[in-house]
Amino acid sequence: MSAPASAPGTWGTRLAALAVILYAVVTIAPLLWIVQTGFKTPSDAIAYPPKVFAEPSLEGYVNLFTTRSRQTEEYIAGLPPPDSWVERLVRSRNMVIAGPSKVGERFVNSLIVGFGSTFLAVFLGTLAAYAFSRFRVPLKDDLMFFILSTRMMPPIAVAIPIYLMYRELGLTDTHLGMILLYTAVNVSLAVWLLKGFIDEIPREYEEAALIDGYSRLAAFRKVVLPQAATGIAATAIFCLIFAWNEYAFAVLLTSGEAQTMPPFIPFIIGEGGQDWPAVAAATTLFLIPIVVFTVLLRKHLLRGITFGAVRR
Amino acid sequence: MAEVSLTGVTKRFGGATALDDLSLTVGDGELVVLLGPTGAGKTTALRVVAGLERPEAGTVSIGGRPVTDVPPAGRDVAFVFQQFSLYPHLTVYDNLAFPLRSPMRREPEAAIRLRVERIAALLRIDHKLGNRATRLSGGEMQRVAIGRALVRRPAVYLMDEPLSALDAKLRSELRLELKRIKDEMGATILYVTHDQIEAMTLATRIGVLDRGRLVQVGTPREVYERPCSVHVAARLGTPAINLIPAGVLPAPAAPPGTHTIGARTEHLRLGAAGPNGRPALIHRVEHLGDQSHLHVEVGGHTLVVLADAHAPLKAGDRVVVELTDPVCFDADGVRIDVPPGPAAAAAAMMGSMRP
Repeated sequence: MSAPASAPGTWGTRLAALAVILYAVVTIAPLLWIVQTGFKTPSDAIAYPPKVFAEPSLEGYVNLFTTRSRQTEEYIAGLPPPDSWVERLVRSRNMVIAGPSKVGERFVNSLIVGFGSTFLAVFLGTLAAYAFSRFRVPLKDDLMFFILSTRMMPPIAVAIPIYLMYRELGLTDTHLGMILLYTAVNVSLAVWLLKGFIDEIPREYEEAALIDGYSRLAAFRKVVLPQAATGIAATAIFCLIFAWNEYAFAVLLTSGEAQTMPPFIPFIIGEGGQDWPAVAAATTLFLIPIVVFTVLLRKHLLRGITFGAVRR
Repeated sequence: MAEVSLTGVTKRFGGATALDDLSLTVGDGELVVLLGPTGAGKTTALRVVAGLERPEAGTVSIGGRPVTDVPPAGRDVAFVFQQFSLYPHLTVYDNLAFPLRSPMRREPEAAIRLRVERIAALLRIDHKLGNRATRLSGGEMQRVAIGRALVRRPAVYLMDEPLSALDAKLRSELRLELKRIKDEMGATILYVTHDQIEAMTLATRIGVLDRGRLVQVGTPREVYERPCSVHVAARLGTPAINLIPAGVLPAPAAPPGTHTIGARTEHLRLGAAGPNGRPALIHRVEHLGDQSHLHVEVGGHTLVVLADAHAPLKAGDRVVVELTDPVCFDADGVRIDVPPGPAAAAAAMMGSMRP
């Protein structure tokens, strides 16, 4: 790019800004649509032409968190007066609350599996990457290639063997099973990303610490880890996004106890008509942890992505 | 402070030999400078003493204690790296305190504060203690790096070109500072440098390395004036020593067998035509301020001659050059002693060749 194009206030900058804004609109619009749909009534959600401005309603969230049964108007009229706005809202649709839905448990499952596997993958990845970066590992290049090669085939290609294996081992529909699976997929990414980051840290830092009286482990903790924090944060975000969004294995291997959000969300559609606001509400909730995690680590993320590409 | 000795140390990296049967003793309170071209094994020698590299053969002892198998933390040495030795995530204060907080020492924070502040004042970085290590100029960073070594009182300091990254002014300042610290603390120091002035002014003794071998050890004066070989002669001196085949300039004192004559710039004199002079053509005059370097051609060889700064000479002038104090080397590049006088010439001919 020529120099004037990057100077502030020129046409080049304005065009670039316009392109960025357009792209942001394209990517953010569906998200806004989903968040808004979560606050519509079911009829508004499927109205045609679509309603851009609709009366806000919490029906989607109420439906998401409850299971309900349809009753006759006479039956509902015979009930004692509703003791909450939730109850009133449900009865206005000729239904009564039968109990809480599974969404809370599924959400907790996603948190356990997502963060558990991310922690494990990053932990193992950091140790392996450090060893590959600093020590003379026999067959280092071959091992690194082997680790990468596990990602050359779509994981779903081995879905059936994994399913059979998991069934034999009693790992189907368990948190442990899902954590191990996502860790196995993510650890190769983690090793490769982190090795790059750790390679960038001059080994003189650790050597200085070793000479100053620190053990290898203490030098790793006090000198390498703080400097690799950026890389570790970036890697953790990539790992979490994968584990959080993974659908195929979650469908195949979880159905009850350990079911995560991705396979749970489509199930909402089937319960009593097409309840799009409830689906949208679930999706909105599902987005929050990733957004929070990414925002918390954003300062590391930007540096992490440009790490090595930019002269420090 | 303690004596450091390496005995028969050999270190290989794959097929390359970095150190070849190196034996060297640095006496208590001595500053030994290792000199040599890139890849001669200078840094490797320091790293072996520090315990960062394990030699394939030979032993290292510090203060009489064999430490060949002791990890770096247990050796009680301090290392000043050429670069990269400050922790970017810590402040200057924490960088300086880092060695004192190690599990090996665990000194009380009050004692650490006292020590850090004293060293910071010594190196004139006390106003920067709260800064991040990355928010310093190059000179300040290097002073902190030296300070990180000085806060401790190790058995030996290992310094790998500690001043090479600095500009000339700061380098000369810190050179004096190091000299003072060395004299005040009586520290044992093993020091690697490329810089002749550092080597000449700081060293108690200089060790010259070539391809992993120690080729000469001696006081700076010895190494400068009586280099054991052409290789050593070429290592020390700016501009480099003139090496000319015997016979180009008359050298009446040269012993038989002389193949190459080494003449430092100050050992060539502009004289009047006579039996010892040879006519020369000036190619170029470099005015250095206090003196001038003349690039002259004699018998097809280009030499650099030291001349008075005010000598009215210019390129194209014809002068006469004569040798005053040549160093003579035989066909293998080994120095042959120039006999002190005609009477000793016969004795010298008996072969006072020195290794």
